[in-house]
Amino acid sequence: MEGYIHSTESFGTVDGPGIRFVIFFQGCPMRCLYCHNPDTWTPRTGHTETADALLAQFAHNRAFYKNGGITATGGEPMLQLPFLTELFTKAKAQSIHTCLDTSGICYDPDAPESAEQLLAVTDLVMLDIKHIDDSAHRRLTGHSNANILAFAQKISECGVPLWIRHVIVPDWTDSPEEQQQLGYFIGGLQTLRGLDVLPYHDLGKPKYEALGIPYPLADTPPVSKDAAEAARAEIRRGILNRLRESKQHPSE
Amino acid sequence: MFKEYPSEWEGFRFGRWSDSINVRDFIHKNYTPYDGDDSFLAGPTDATKKLWEQVLDLSRQEREAGGVLDMDTKIISTITSHGPGYLNKDLEKIVGFQTDKPFKRALQPFGGIRMAQQACREYGYEVDPEVVEIFTKYRKTHNQGVFDAYTPEMRLARKSAILTGLPDAYGRGRIIGDYRRIALYGVDRLIEDKEHQKATHFVRMTSENIQLREELSEQIRALGELKELGRIYGFDISRPAGTAQEAVQWLYFGYLAAVKEQNGAAMSLGRTSTFLDIYMQRDLDRGIITEEQAQELIDHFIMKLRLVKFARTPEYNALFSGDPTWVTESIGGVSVEGQHMVTKNSFRYLNTLNNLGTAPEPNMTVLWSTRLPQNFKRFCAKMSIQTSSIQYENDDLMRVTHGDDYAIACCVSSMVVGKEMQFFGARANLAKCLLYAINGGVDEVMKVQVGPKYRPVTGDYLDYDDVMDKYDQMMEWLAGLYVNTLNVIHYMHDKYSYEKLQMALHDRDVKRYFATGIAGLSVVADSLSAIKYAKVKCIRDENGIVTDYEVEGDFPKYGNDDDRVDRIAVEIVKTFMDKIRKHHTYRGGVPTMSILTITSNVVYGKKTGNTPDGRKHGVPLAPGANPMHGRDTHGAVASLSSVSKIPFRHAQDGISNTFSIIPDALGKDTRIFSGDLDLDALKQEADNADA
Repeated sequence: MEGYIHSTESFGTVDGPGIRFVIFFQGCPMRCLYCHNPDTWTPRTGHTETADALLAQFAHNRAFYKNGGITATGGEPMLQLPFLTELFTKAKAQSIHTCLDTSGICYDPDAPESAEQLLAVTDLVMLDIKHIDDSAHRRLTGHSNANILAFAQKISECGVPLWIRHVIVPDWTDSPEEQQQLGYFIGGLQTLRGLDVLPYHDLGKPKYEALGIPYPLADTPPVSKDAAEAARAEIRRGILNRLRESKQHPSE
Repeated sequence: MFKEYPSEWEGFRFGRWSDSINVRDFIHKNYTPYDGDDSFLAGPTDATKKLWEQVLDLSRQEREAGGVLDMDTKIISTITSHGPGYLNKDLEKIVGFQTDKPFKRALQPFGGIRMAQQACREYGYEVDPEVVEIFTKYRKTHNQGVFDAYTPEMRLARKSAILTGLPDAYGRGRIIGDYRRIALYGVDRLIEDKEHQKATHFVRMTSENIQLREELSEQIRALGELKELGRIYGFDISRPAGTAQEAVQWLYFGYLAAVKEQNGAAMSLGRTSTFLDIYMQRDLDRGIITEEQAQELIDHFIMKLRLVKFARTPEYNALFSGDPTWVTESIGGVSVEGQHMVTKNSFRYLNTLNNLGTAPEPNMTVLWSTRLPQNFKRFCAKMSIQTSSIQYENDDLMRVTHGDDYAIACCVSSMVVGKEMQFFGARANLAKCLLYAINGGVDEVMKVQVGPKYRPVTGDYLDYDDVMDKYDQMMEWLAGLYVNTLNVIHYMHDKYSYEKLQMALHDRDVKRYFATGIAGLSVVADSLSAIKYAKVKCIRDENGIVTDYEVEGDFPKYGNDDDRVDRIAVEIVKTFMDKIRKHHTYRGGVPTMSILTITSNVVYGKKTGNTPDGRKHGVPLAPGANPMHGRDTHGAVASLSSVSKIPFRHAQDGISNTFSIIPDALGKDTRIFSGDLDLDALKQEADNADA
């Protein structure tokens, strides 16, 4: 089997623990306004690789990845689920730590089996929740967040460690109420291990220009680290509320 | 036989070191490995802060004065040439400057009087005419000696810059005296040892033996002067150091004497932190000093090392991109028995970057091993992030060759302290050599015949096998010329500017490395790759000299972990080194090679014409073994992987890779993301809320 791969990065330090071999999958159904990789949107284009070839590249420099592993990102890696599952299955067979960086958009709660198969060979999921409110999520990404939140529950049920990523965008995801709401939701996920709050940046702008696509957030300023830190504190407050509640209602 | 040991050694575990000069044995019998973290470290004392403010003020004055605050124009610098100099005698725990006051540059004409004159003139000073007369008429310099012996071919190769940065007009440096010996044994014991070495040396008077006997006498004289230097500052260093403060001071006097005597291209310190820790620990255990005082001693010592200054010309500074002294100190590493050699003092040295702020000197070099203690690794990472001032070298690689008491001279040259030295050899420009191969020895910039008149490339397109064949012959010529040029240089340096103090702090029978170097490796690899995998068209000027190239199509580029081109780079290194090995070297030097241009690659680029990889005339060559800028497109690991294929065996004098990366690409900001969510704390908080 072959997958459509946008590119690889041999020295990934921000996409999971340790130094990682990062594989950018080609193709994504989401159209997030702040996407900084618009060049990975179109599916079934660019060059193809086999899982073995990708793992060979990893193996060649394995010494560097002692505390790391591979990360599948994109694009949306789950758009090529069978290929991704094959890649991770083969990686696990070689005792390589596997990390999935996903938006969860491709998950179908009515047919969870294929996703379960993938989760069985995944060591860590970094799930990007763009917005906790469904209508805002639709405006921000063009899709409902229902399946994404369902996928979060599924990951938790399957016992796979989970990091939540959330991007702070001015006027979109910078209200403390929504941040607390998000915290409240993820506070209920049993396998939650990390929270990654990223300040919006506009480093993707030149790519839009190169692709001839208008940049949707042209007037939005980048977010300061202070603001991201404050947002993290709000989300944390939401998590705390959820934990207190579940202590009072242990049945939950 | 009963022998009384000096009282200064009380509390040390005795061993072989007690009866012969053997610093390594002393260290291994007495040092205390430290596995803890950096929480024990102390900040700067008031005295340190005050002194450092004074230094900053003087630095500002120096900048405003155009780069030099004061120069000596009359007194020729020797170990004992000047009276004492201080910043503030009452506050300084470690004392001694190169001249009679800080920031005053010494006059050091033994390498070459013209260089000394130029350096002075450039800053508005004039060397005393009498001194000029002495060093022109009566006392020959290294520089004069070299040019008396150079062949016309050597002069031309130097002018065209196919051989570059040769130490023929300045001090060669790259020799590390074992300054620790002074602290451990005292100067009298060292003189006694040298007298014994001389008395037991061959009596058959061959030129080699005569040379060594003369040198041993010079060394003994230098040790006498070293004692005098101590006396000038009010210390008796004929005996061993008895306290931590004395140990640091004795050791520093040795280094100070070396820089008073030699204006070398790199005047490195050695491997002193763990040695000195033994004294620090003994005084701490005895309750003589506190941690604050221990740190203060190191802070004041490092402050002195930061203030080492030489009088140099603007051309020299251009070549080295600044005014480096390369006071390299090697920290950490692992012993041959597998025990790490990190001590509290390793932390204290790095902590000076906190207490005195960041600085390029001394060049703190961590001998990195996978087996260093985790806490030390963490501290190194933290200090690197904060200061960008730490250099890392692969101890696991070098320990195999040099054992566990080697140090780095300059940036990458490894040598066993007190037992090995090197003849510094600058470098050959292999990129230019490739252009000579294409043009039959005609220099592409000067447009004159520099190399041998071999057959040039004649077709419109470069053919890989044809170019390789011609390149091989041209490298053969260059290697021979290069080694012979260096033979002249080192013969004359020994004769007219011998490093008598530094060599007095070596064993008699030292191993001498005959260091060579190459520049332009990635340009050569990419050029040959372009010729092999793309099509390269020659563009000739009116005289038929190929002066430019058109590359048609793409080709694998060094720095992407692509064996097709990386193998070419490896092959070039091996081939050139093997050609170097064929030649006779001065004093039986063991030939080595470095790939380390950290700064001078910029100047070399200016002197190297267009190359077949598409690089234009004037564009800097990549530093050291780096890929060409912007051509490594697969991330840092792929780039590092390419570099790591270069075999150390064929580039034993060091392979450097200048690695820069934007901080955000090295990992998440600790403020935003701390790895794990503090779930335990969260749950605790939730519990507390109920209570």
